[in-house]
Amino acid sequence: MTIARHEPFADIAREREADRLGMIVFLASEAMLFGAIVMALLALRTFEPTAFAATSERLILLAGAANTAILLTSSLLVAVGVGARKLDRNRLAMALFAGAALLGIAFLIVKGSEYRAEYLEGLMPGVGPRQDFASPGARMFMDAYFIATGLHAVHVIVGVVLLAGCAWRLRGDAPPSVVGTGNVGLYWHLVDIVWVFLFPILYLSR
Amino acid sequence: MLNLREASEHAAHVDLLTGAFGLLVLVLAGSIFVLIFAFAIRYRRGKEVSREHAPNRNVWLEVSWSVIPFLLILAFFIVSAKMFFTIHEPPADAMPISVVAKQWMWKFQHAGGQSEINELHIPVGQPVRLTMTSQDVIHSLYIPALRLKQDVLPGRYTDMWFTADRPGSYHLFCAEFCGTDHAVMGGRFVAMEPGAYARWLAGQASGGSLATEGAMLYRQLGCGACHDSGASARAPALAGLYRSRVTLADGRHVVADDQYLHDAILDPNRQVTAGYDPIMPTYRGVIDEEAAMKLVAYIRILRTVPGEHR
Amino acid sequence: MSEAGLTNAPSEGTAPRQTRAEAQSYLSDGNSLRSWLLTTDHKRIAILYLISITAFFAVAATAAALMRLELLTPNGDVLTAEGYNRAFTLHGVIMVWFFLIPSIPNVFGNFLIPLMIGARDLAFPRLNLASWYIFMAGGLFTLSALIFGGVDTGWTFYTPLSSHYANGNVVLALAAVFIAGWSSILTGINFIVTIHKLRAPGMTWGRLPLFVWTHYATALILVLATPVLAVTLLLVMAERVFGLGIFDPALGGDPLLFEHLFWFYSHPAVYIMVLPAMGVVSELVTAAAHKKLFGYWFVAYSSLAIATIGFLVWGHHMFVSGESMYASTIFSFLSLIVAVPSAIKVYNWTATLYKGSIALNAAFLFAMGFIGLFVMGGLTGLMLALLAIDVHVHDTYFVVAHFHYIMVGGAVTAFLGAVHFWWPKMFGRMYNEVWGRISAAFIFIGFNLTFFPQFLLGYMGMPRRYHVYPPEFQTLNVLSSAGASLLGIGYVLPLIYLFYSLRNGETAGDNPWHVTGLEWTVPSPPPTHNFEEAPVVVNGPYEYPLSHDSSIA
Repeated sequence: MTIARHEPFADIAREREADRLGMIVFLASEAMLFGAIVMALLALRTFEPTAFAATSERLILLAGAANTAILLTSSLLVAVGVGARKLDRNRLAMALFAGAALLGIAFLIVKGSEYRAEYLEGLMPGVGPRQDFASPGARMFMDAYFIATGLHAVHVIVGVVLLAGCAWRLRGDAPPSVVGTGNVGLYWHLVDIVWVFLFPILYLSR
Repeated sequence: MLNLREASEHAAHVDLLTGAFGLLVLVLAGSIFVLIFAFAIRYRRGKEVSREHAPNRNVWLEVSWSVIPFLLILAFFIVSAKMFFTIHEPPADAMPISVVAKQWMWKFQHAGGQSEINELHIPVGQPVRLTMTSQDVIHSLYIPALRLKQDVLPGRYTDMWFTADRPGSYHLFCAEFCGTDHAVMGGRFVAMEPGAYARWLAGQASGGSLATEGAMLYRQLGCGACHDSGASARAPALAGLYRSRVTLADGRHVVADDQYLHDAILDPNRQVTAGYDPIMPTYRGVIDEEAAMKLVAYIRILRTVPGEHR
Repeated sequence: MSEAGLTNAPSEGTAPRQTRAEAQSYLSDGNSLRSWLLTTDHKRIAILYLISITAFFAVAATAAALMRLELLTPNGDVLTAEGYNRAFTLHGVIMVWFFLIPSIPNVFGNFLIPLMIGARDLAFPRLNLASWYIFMAGGLFTLSALIFGGVDTGWTFYTPLSSHYANGNVVLALAAVFIAGWSSILTGINFIVTIHKLRAPGMTWGRLPLFVWTHYATALILVLATPVLAVTLLLVMAERVFGLGIFDPALGGDPLLFEHLFWFYSHPAVYIMVLPAMGVVSELVTAAAHKKLFGYWFVAYSSLAIATIGFLVWGHHMFVSGESMYASTIFSFLSLIVAVPSAIKVYNWTATLYKGSIALNAAFLFAMGFIGLFVMGGLTGLMLALLAIDVHVHDTYFVVAHFHYIMVGGAVTAFLGAVHFWWPKMFGRMYNEVWGRISAAFIFIGFNLTFFPQFLLGYMGMPRRYHVYPPEFQTLNVLSSAGASLLGIGYVLPLIYLFYSLRNGETAGDNPWHVTGLEWTVPSPPPTHNFEEAPVVVNGPYEYPLSHDSSIA
């Protein structure tokens, strides 16, 4: 596809600065997106402390903890990978980004199996067998859990695609710029940080 | 054209506040309009007039035109906040009326059990307190002559209180958009002399007071099996419960007000009393808001007549 | 976002610069539909927005006309209850999200920000085009919701009415707004980055035109508030489709939580509409007065103050909702504070006129109209912020009148002012000035006749969203409907003479108003690449020769 381009920048360095700023502003927007979800979760928790704590126990803590470890590790790989790209060690950066993408996929697999278990238990809203909850609060907790983790999972998928794409291009002669890799890294860190908030609020509030 | 009926002292105060603020608006807006017109004419392009030494900044001017109007407005803020607090603090002797809103009608129930639809009769000179809830969506009870309005929410009790002082028949509206027939969900608010009100009340059919109907429901639903004082103590006793402090299973303390009783019936496992198992089934879907209000009215009088009821 | 720049930029840098005569106007740079639909030129994208929002305005205005027609009599004669409910929902949704929010930022912000700061385009031109497509996708969803039977929740989508009780195409409408929101976010990102990174040499923050400052503040709100709306609408959609219960009391949820989240976006959204309008008026006033703006820094920072405090006042939409009375008191106080920076702007505009050399042209008449109507809207807004008065007039026609003074009297009047002021720059033609003034007068008079009676109606107690009403309200309603027809004429007139000017107007020349600003240093219409050479800025904005220029007619 050929789109007529009007390059607005006089030099590349300026353009890279703009790319970075654009990413940061976008992440601020994303932070508000999840901020709203987190605020809603905290509000629901104040209305229904008992139901919230009781239902939290139905989540698979081990899976949540494993996923936290997976995401934190992948973030570490990404951070090192961004550093490697800066030093022009592109093969290493590629390996690290690919590793992070694989960990992202691992996260999704764990999350998916959790969803499957919850689906079979009838905890999932809208589909499948529906069980009676002890109280409306319990049901609401599960609903909020699916919304929050579902939206996060969508972001993980986007992140995995970005990481994999970045790794793929790092392999060849036209690697993405330092700032470009850094931006992908920043996005992945945001995905990670959001999980770091969701995990204690949902899994650990028992 | 302008038709402003005031049915209470509060309404007169609101009008006074609005009028006074209107004057301030006139002064603030008027001065700007006059200046803009004067400048636009005096300094219109092509006109020979001195334009020497035109200023383009003046910090003191900026500060003064920011601060002075703000301080004036602050005075209004204080007065209006005080009025707002007053309309949220009903006196203890207020006459209770229960209100249930549903698409698209208002149901008012007097303490004596007389109920009316889309009309509210009250005596003048007597504080009246409406305890309101909705069966479906959010509604809002609006009586313009009282200058009062309160949203009516599903699953929650909201209050509105007033003392009408001028007999007459006034509008009563739903102010929160609630679906197709929102515009016709209203009727009359009738303030009557106490004598006339008593006669009107006597002429209304009543199946017994709200509390009596609550007692009937209490029997029908078999609440007594667990809650009666004689029953093996599987559930908290209800006598003296209203307005008392309850310790919950998770250690919190709450006051057993109308909202608490309502929630304890419809959503019992939300706030379990300490020392009891969460065994009470939920009555959501089993009884409607009106029935819940009757049960609450019944539990309310169990305070004054402990032990024996009927 | 940018890797193509690696290969493109150097070759462009070495390409021979076009001379002025050769510089081709952005309008004639390709005439095929494809050249328009795939353009990344910020000016062409602005024109795309101009056409689309005008169309949306026409649809929503038709709904308003139907409503005013219905309200001529106390009974329902023209529309059924359901028809009326659908009309005002459509009117609200389209006017708010498909006209007012994109109007000034996406048309004039897009067109002017790069020109005003001396840049060749916005920072992310393709993102800019993408955001127009996203916006149009949202628009198509709205229109499909309309075609498949409409929505009857009101633009506020209050739960549980919208999630369980309403039976229109609520999900389509929610999706439409959700999608349009992403367009807002992308535009906001683009503006912020452009203003930070693409200012011409010498264009310091203190030399930015106020139009750019207000758009910076607006972009902050777009970026930070819109995602909250997105999540909220997503939750309502999930409730409707999957039966989730976050906002549904029957399932233990809380409808007030919806109101809080909704207004957390929707109050700042008011400033999304009005801040750009204030930017336009700052330009119009200085241009008409040929004088430096009074108190530049106060006006500049007041935009940021409005954007910041605007995030803290959402609770004033909920004084009678059952919100805690202490929360209400704090929100009332904060709402009074947010009036201060708005007042600062109005006073500074007034002071700017003092000893100016004022051209009473159509654009300035619109600016004057804005100031008058905005002041009325703002001060009645203070009335609404006062708790005891709000309890009475909340959800009545008083509120309707108030926000129309701000949004129609303010934002739309400023939008038309901007159209009249920058039309010669955008299309290179002059329109008929006399007709411009006539339409400004029609709009000002028609507007006041339409909406002033609504203040009285509201104070007398007529609730909003009523298609039948007690007969005592009829006189004022008839007056209001009569005003609406004048207002309608005022809106149709510019369509005619502006369109006529495209072919038959005089050629405008670079700077028909003899005003400052980088956008007036380039030809009208501007060439595709805006500037032959990157301009070097040495002056602040609005540097007019001191007084004595009454010779310039």
